[in-house]
Amino acid sequence: MKLEKLKLKKLIVASSIVATGLMTNFAYAADNIKVGVLHSLSGTMAISETTLKDTVLMMIADQNAKGGLLGKQIEPVVVDPASNWPLFAEKGRELLAKEKVDVIFGSWTSVSRKSVLPVLEELNGLMFYPVQYEGEESSKNVFYTGAAPNQQAIPAVDYLMNDIGAERFVLLGTDYVYPRTTNKILEAYLMAKGVKAEDIMVNYTPFGHSDWQGIVADVKKFGSTGKQTAVISTVNGDANIPFYKELGNQGISAEDIPVIAFSVGEEELSGFDTKPLVGHLAAWNYFQSVETEANEAFIANWKKYIGDDKRVTNDPMEATYIGFKMWVKAVEKAGTTDVDAVEQAMIGIAVPNLTGGIAVMNPNHHLSKPVLIGEIQEDGQFEVVWETPDTVIGDAWSDFLPSSKNLVSDWTAPIKCGNFDVTTAKCSGQKF
Amino acid sequence: MLRLFSLLFFCVISFNASAAVSETQDNSALVALVEQLPSTKLNKMAPLIKAIAATSTPQVQDILQPLMTGDLYYLKSNKQVVAAHKNEQNQYQLTDVLTAEVLPAVAKSAIKKVRTNNRLRGQIRDLLANLDLTHQDKTVRLEAVKQLLQNPNQTGITSVTNLIKGEQDEQVRELMLVILLIDQLDTGSTAEKLSAAQQLSGRLESKVKNELVKQLDLLPEQPENEELRAVLSQSIDDIEQQATVYGLVENLFFGLSLGSVLLLAAIGLAITFGVMGVINMAHGEMMMLGAYTTYVIQQMFPNLIEYSLLMAVPAAFLVSGFVGVLIERGVIRFLKGRPLETLLATFGISLILQQLVRSVFSPLNRQVQAPQWMTGSLEINPMLSLTYNRLYIILFALMVFFSLLMILKKSSLGLHVRAVSQNRDMARALSIKSSWVDAITFGLGSGIAGIAGVALSQLTNVGPNLGQAYIIDSFLVVVFGGVGNLWGTLVAAMTMGTFNKFLEPSMGPVLSNIIVLVGLVLFIQKRPKGLFPQKGRSAD
Repeated sequence: MKLEKLKLKKLIVASSIVATGLMTNFAYAADNIKVGVLHSLSGTMAISETTLKDTVLMMIADQNAKGGLLGKQIEPVVVDPASNWPLFAEKGRELLAKEKVDVIFGSWTSVSRKSVLPVLEELNGLMFYPVQYEGEESSKNVFYTGAAPNQQAIPAVDYLMNDIGAERFVLLGTDYVYPRTTNKILEAYLMAKGVKAEDIMVNYTPFGHSDWQGIVADVKKFGSTGKQTAVISTVNGDANIPFYKELGNQGISAEDIPVIAFSVGEEELSGFDTKPLVGHLAAWNYFQSVETEANEAFIANWKKYIGDDKRVTNDPMEATYIGFKMWVKAVEKAGTTDVDAVEQAMIGIAVPNLTGGIAVMNPNHHLSKPVLIGEIQEDGQFEVVWETPDTVIGDAWSDFLPSSKNLVSDWTAPIKCGNFDVTTAKCSGQKF
Repeated sequence: MLRLFSLLFFCVISFNASAAVSETQDNSALVALVEQLPSTKLNKMAPLIKAIAATSTPQVQDILQPLMTGDLYYLKSNKQVVAAHKNEQNQYQLTDVLTAEVLPAVAKSAIKKVRTNNRLRGQIRDLLANLDLTHQDKTVRLEAVKQLLQNPNQTGITSVTNLIKGEQDEQVRELMLVILLIDQLDTGSTAEKLSAAQQLSGRLESKVKNELVKQLDLLPEQPENEELRAVLSQSIDDIEQQATVYGLVENLFFGLSLGSVLLLAAIGLAITFGVMGVINMAHGEMMMLGAYTTYVIQQMFPNLIEYSLLMAVPAAFLVSGFVGVLIERGVIRFLKGRPLETLLATFGISLILQQLVRSVFSPLNRQVQAPQWMTGSLEINPMLSLTYNRLYIILFALMVFFSLLMILKKSSLGLHVRAVSQNRDMARALSIKSSWVDAITFGLGSGIAGIAGVALSQLTNVGPNLGQAYIIDSFLVVVFGGVGNLWGTLVAAMTMGTFNKFLEPSMGPVLSNIIVLVGLVLFIQKRPKGLFPQKGRSAD
């Protein structure tokens, strides 16, 4: 027994020596540009985030094949924060302080972003965040390439009101920060549009909720008053499948009460029985089904890189794609990877969207993007049924919340502030 | 854009005018309209569809039906509009919608879908409903009448007025009458309104109540309207009273359905924990194994989805039961009389099983399909419908419960199990192999957990964490019902389920769960041995 333990210990020591040897080797290897990847590769979020890690690696490989950046090769540094929110801060610190990466691509959930944010500001790092989120934030050290609420939720409500003719709204959500903030904004927006309080129903369910019969029956009753009713769903993760199943079983079709979802994309639908979901809606800035040359090339490239013809692409992948392209352009423009120089160079950088049109990085660190609404098809893809005529500028601070309607974010001189109050002309001093 | 629109408008008018002229002319008009389908934008589709329907040619249905179901395509090469269906070779079988000519099958890339959206599909459904009113199949007629009731339009109402006398089917005729009464309520004189409101009293269709409420709101405050006002309010009250009753029935059903899920999850535990006294933290994982067995069966026999659940029940029982016996023989029997260590060891086993499933099946949820007979709902009346999957699971849970009760009460195995659990030494003295009985009992409890997993696969996601979601609830049910008492488990499960569902509408799912839990804790304070405590010497 004792002997075995000793052996094991030796093995561990030996392997760690080899490992550190390898690491230092890398550190001293030619003067590379380092890109940190901070996505969970294990735990509950691994399903979604692993895809984004692969997307960044694919983009890096492509860039290196084109001759690298500033004449240097780009070297990825992948860490695994394991869906553990505090670990995001630790791993972020490791990337910035120890690995000295020039930029980080990472995070999915808002809570993980909030966790790593203080580290980024303390060590003056740079991170690209590629997922739709609830807004109410603008940090000097983060570029938000996913949708702000006015680039997903608000246009979706407009679509429901104008095109579907919805007058009553059910706001269903999973019980955590993103749905709660988004629903607060939506409620304020609906009220501003003249929807009465009795025509809005709000309901929160825990993560992974599976017994939807009572809630769906309530929705059915709520929708039987003769006014067109629609459901706005911020239900997250695998709770969606039993929810849509129950809708189908209780005989509620997308024509009676359409459900528009903000967290259901191609990846979530792949491999699932989509029959009960057909006709329901989702709002994103990208759908795989959009036929443009750039998108077809991207999809083909992705399938080739990952070696699986069945893999799908989705919105956060496009956001990662745009973010990476923008960073490359900004580094080329600035001629250095220095964070402050790149941060200033980023503003105004334009990169073509995969779905057509041009994405521009605004002074508030949010993108201008088109908003698309798609109907779920039987093959798990989306058919675009509506899109904004032009791109929409991401708004960091919602105009529909009393606490943030006076705030703007502008990281260009002379304001240089993430939360500038236009009435008092002051920067609150809060760092993010 | 404007030009296109005015062209369309012109088309509509000209077709309406020429509708009566001759069949051939109509056809050429239809051809011209159909040719526009591939190039028309979504927001310009509505008038086009209306125009197609207005031609009243026999082909209208052949065009609109596939358009509604998403089977209408056009060939990319020559823009010919076709109805397409996937065949077994993954190719698309094409039929020209105008000539009904069958074309050679093509690959997906050669055709493109004619786009619609929910609003257009609703419009088509209304248009088709008007045509289906004269369909020979009465179920189709019934659907058509229901659709018309939901969205009444003048054309439909006129046809109903003509058709109602000749209608043979009782149910269809009744709905037709409702449609006419609603129309009468909307447009008739005061006397007509009065009689319509009286006749509509007691109808449960949501449209009826909405219409009555609308009329009541619109009614001017005049003395001559008082009678009508009284009748309207009376009818609305009648309907609302019924709605309350059916609401209660529905809630009770939801409660029993949740209760039956709890019962299924807890009943296996009632044996291993209740009868044997083993705290088995891996009980949830036995359910998970059952659910995965269902998945594997569906993968093995992809053509027998309808029967997959029937096959999965015995298979899951065997798989989980076998694993249960292994656990008992391999671990638990060495820890007899040491509950803390049993708890830790079985918790470890549960983690091992979860990780095993993660490695074998990937951490992603697996998709278990629902057979046709488990989808949809049983409509008792327009206010009350029970979903089939829940209905079957209630029946299934009761079946499992009573068969287990029979096994324990009537079979010799049951006799031995009871004997060992009541007095092990005495049982052994009477030549009962107590260790063998232990293993079989544990296997039986685990096997039943596996069966519960088959049922759960229809309600929730099949993934590595499936078991954890139910283990706490299972223990609660067993403790609440009284350890070692199967009837207690039944009553406890149903009580908790119904209680939860009656609280949920006003409290939300999170709070109602908490309240049930707090209630349970208080109850246990008062009666530590649960609802039905065991009495006598065997109680210790």
